[in-house]
Amino acid sequence: MKLYRTWAVARKEYLHIIRDPRSLGMGIVIPVILLLLFGYALSLDVDNVPTVVWDQSESQVSRDFLSGFQGSPYFSIVKFVHGYGEVDRAINSAEALAALIIPRDFAQLIEAGRAAPVQLIVDGSDSDTADTAIGYAETVAQSFSQQVAVREVQRKTGRTLDLPLDYRPRTWYNEDMESKNYIVPGLIAVIMMVIAALLTSLTIAREWERGTMEQLISTPVKGPELILGKLFPYFTIGMFDVLLAVLMGEFLFDVPLRGSVPLLFGMAAVFLVGALSLGILISVVTKSQLLASQLAMVLTFLPSFLLSGFMYAISNMPQPIQIITYVIPATYFVSLLKGIYLKGVGLEVMAIQAGLLGAFGVVMVILANDKFKKKLE
Amino acid sequence: MSAIRTSKLKKTFDEVVAVDDLTITVTEGEIFGLVGPDGAGKTTTMRLLTAIMEPTSGDAWVAGFHVVKEAEAIKERIGYMSQKFGLYPDLSVMENINFYADIYGVPRKGRSKRIDELLAFSNLTPFKQRLAGNLSGGMKQKLGLACALIHTPKVLFLDEPTNGVDPVSRRDFWRILYQLLREKVTIFVSTAYLDEAERCNRLGLIYKGQILALGTPDEVKQIMPGAILEIRVADSRKAYQLLKKELREESVGLFGERIHIVTRDPQKVESEAAKILQDAGIDASAPRPIEPSLEDVFVSVLAEQERSEQAR
Amino acid sequence: MNSVEKNSNETAVVVQDLERRFGSFIAVNRVSFEVKKGEIFGFLGPNGAGKSTTIRMLIGVLAPTDGVGTVAGFDIRTQAEEIKKHIGYMSQKFSLYDDLTVSENIDFYSGIYRIDPARKKARKEWVIEMAGLEHHRHSRTAILSGGWKQRLALGCAILHEPPVIFLDEPTSGVDPVSRRQFWDLIYELSGKGVTVFVTTHYMDEAEYCDRLGLIYRGELIAAGTPETLKTELMQEDVLEVICERPQDAMGEIEQIEGIKEVALFGKGLHVVVEETERAVAAISDLLQRRGYAVTRVEGIVPSLEDVFVSLIEARDRAEQPQQEVKR
Repeated sequence: MKLYRTWAVARKEYLHIIRDPRSLGMGIVIPVILLLLFGYALSLDVDNVPTVVWDQSESQVSRDFLSGFQGSPYFSIVKFVHGYGEVDRAINSAEALAALIIPRDFAQLIEAGRAAPVQLIVDGSDSDTADTAIGYAETVAQSFSQQVAVREVQRKTGRTLDLPLDYRPRTWYNEDMESKNYIVPGLIAVIMMVIAALLTSLTIAREWERGTMEQLISTPVKGPELILGKLFPYFTIGMFDVLLAVLMGEFLFDVPLRGSVPLLFGMAAVFLVGALSLGILISVVTKSQLLASQLAMVLTFLPSFLLSGFMYAISNMPQPIQIITYVIPATYFVSLLKGIYLKGVGLEVMAIQAGLLGAFGVVMVILANDKFKKKLE
Repeated sequence: MSAIRTSKLKKTFDEVVAVDDLTITVTEGEIFGLVGPDGAGKTTTMRLLTAIMEPTSGDAWVAGFHVVKEAEAIKERIGYMSQKFGLYPDLSVMENINFYADIYGVPRKGRSKRIDELLAFSNLTPFKQRLAGNLSGGMKQKLGLACALIHTPKVLFLDEPTNGVDPVSRRDFWRILYQLLREKVTIFVSTAYLDEAERCNRLGLIYKGQILALGTPDEVKQIMPGAILEIRVADSRKAYQLLKKELREESVGLFGERIHIVTRDPQKVESEAAKILQDAGIDASAPRPIEPSLEDVFVSVLAEQERSEQAR
Repeated sequence: MNSVEKNSNETAVVVQDLERRFGSFIAVNRVSFEVKKGEIFGFLGPNGAGKSTTIRMLIGVLAPTDGVGTVAGFDIRTQAEEIKKHIGYMSQKFSLYDDLTVSENIDFYSGIYRIDPARKKARKEWVIEMAGLEHHRHSRTAILSGGWKQRLALGCAILHEPPVIFLDEPTSGVDPVSRRQFWDLIYELSGKGVTVFVTTHYMDEAEYCDRLGLIYRGELIAAGTPETLKTELMQEDVLEVICERPQDAMGEIEQIEGIKEVALFGKGLHVVVEETERAVAAISDLLQRRGYAVTRVEGIVPSLEDVFVSLIEARDRAEQPQQEVKR
């Protein structure tokens, strides 16, 4: 392998990039737009669930109970209604996602020391929100029950009563449970995977389509020289994207970066080599720009978006799908990035992920080289 | 020593035989023309010889190296200009040339002299900074040639270099090729223009993957069965219709105001044709035998071939 | 150009100052010409000279930027759809469907042109016979040779018996035998009164046309019969030199005073000179002295290529070399 030839290819590729504003736009502008779009729009937090209330009891007790909801950041009572018809309309028109129905004899039952039924209706068409709303509502209802029980004991026995269990949940790493804190690091991984593979998927196919490849393969240039030369400028763009993303995470999204910055960039570099080589491999195999870009999209975007654990926890997926997630390189990079960003851990904990990423890179480079033939069929 | 030698070289794509048992020898320092219509196997032959495609069977040696076993050695010693413009339209003339100079590992020392030489040679000096995509067709071809020559190759392969280029540029291009011959470069050129073929030292007529004739242009013309009579006539179409009807045995062709009759018995047909025209009161020049062009040869050889195929 | 009667009964195509720009690039620059009915008009020029752009304007698929014209009596600016009904057009890439059979391709085009059902069968048989495809009626078009495809494409383009046909480089990439057969067909059509407008970059084919227009860098630089072009437009004389090693002799001849250009032509040389007699003597003398065996040195009627080259060079000399236009 001759370095000067690799260098010649790299310089040529660099000229292509700067002469074609579209490829530069795709390499830099699109990642930034994606990061802004997803960073701001993609929030998995559930709060201010619009709720309507049908309080048939209209008593002090029912108002006490409702104050628990009014005080919660998770619910926002938008309207008081009278009758199921109105409840129905509110939910159908998406005015409300939840409805709370308090029966007429609510106060009497509580005062009699008996269990009072309360109905919560939730719009299940958005099941994630519904789940979360039900969870929050349960908490509010439970704590109201406890208060009532404690008060009752106090009234009957005359002594104060501590609850037997002092439950103190605490979230580590993402104390405020803000979804952007885990979305942004994952997003960096997904964007890098998609953009890197897309960028390189066009390069070799374009040369085949234009007919320049026929000229090239008649020269002494070797496959690895060509592939490495082509990787180089895109690697530079990719690393620049990482830098931009990290800066945006720091200054725009306020995502805490607790771990080692050099480690972050190092792992990004390893991942990038793999993703870029995957693109080259696609390009080498398809020899067509259209097919290559479609294949790159399908092979990178969907799996890394849905199955990398970036948005949906892998542990919640069905067993067969979980197995698939293990072969998606972005999975390891997502968990590495989350680890570095949120936990501040290093290689001592994530050596396996790092090793697998390295293996991904090596395999892709070897495959791309192996599949590239200096021959026409 | 021969610059190119092939022995029963064959390439098939599925059922189609693109190159069929090709056996030719090209001597060092000559310009050899591979002549035939599209789809005859010219491009496939080029690709086999430039070692960018593997033959199905047979052997070939270029500059002394075997096209399959020593492909990479060949690639260092040849220049190739593919049919499709193989350079980067978004790179300038100089950037393209420098890229190929790097790829071929042309030493920095002496490189700029070589580049200046090639630019002067191809009249591209004023266009150094122009993007290749903005060059005219003729200039693109010359740039392609300059890039293929940057490493001073021993054998130059040109696949239909003048296809669709204006006549002035075609003339220039051939002039450059002859200059190259003086530098002892062997040139293997394919073309669909039969008039260009006459300028080669030797040529091979290829059709359906097979060489129909091989030799100097004069030798190739010898294989023409029969002779050609030419008649010049003002109302050529009427005369043509008439001759075609009357001389059923012969092949009659119309070329503007000229009519060509291909015949095996020129004496007899000469007087017959003159009589036919005279009887019809058509004013025409006397039929005279002319030297066949390569196209005439090609057409009659192909016609012969088709007849024998049909007979079988 | 000859004085042509400005009568639409006599002319099939008339254009005046036709112009087409793409951005700042002028593909066709104020071109004017006429094509008489029943004539074979050759539009000659290198790739990228503006041939296809002109044809596209004439057949009503590309609007001119400026200028006027009529084809078969219809205005190219306002009656494009009428034009399409009255012309046949065969493009460089024969517009046949490779995965359809010969017969299916013909049926498809009969449908497009809405051929009268009563005539449909006869027209189909005519095309099959003309193209020599009797034995390949049900073959896939993909397997046909270039010459067959070309004739089939021509047949499909003239199924509706249009009075004017446009052929855009119909013979590029077909073998010489098929080219000749194709020209036979063109002569036959022209003999029946069909007007044929054909583009080509083969100089020898241009000789077969009744009249020619030479287009170069978007401009019509000459028009007339092949005879007129050769005898009237070329100011210099042309000599043919047949000798040994013409490629070496070229360099020697170029040194002689009064020689404007030397080019390889066929197996000999064409030498453009200012004055025949003196040049013949000088060339014969020089070649003999230098030991070339000379077969012939004589004045000839220039070939169309000689004429074209001389016209192009005159045009180029008038412009700065730096102003070379894109493509």
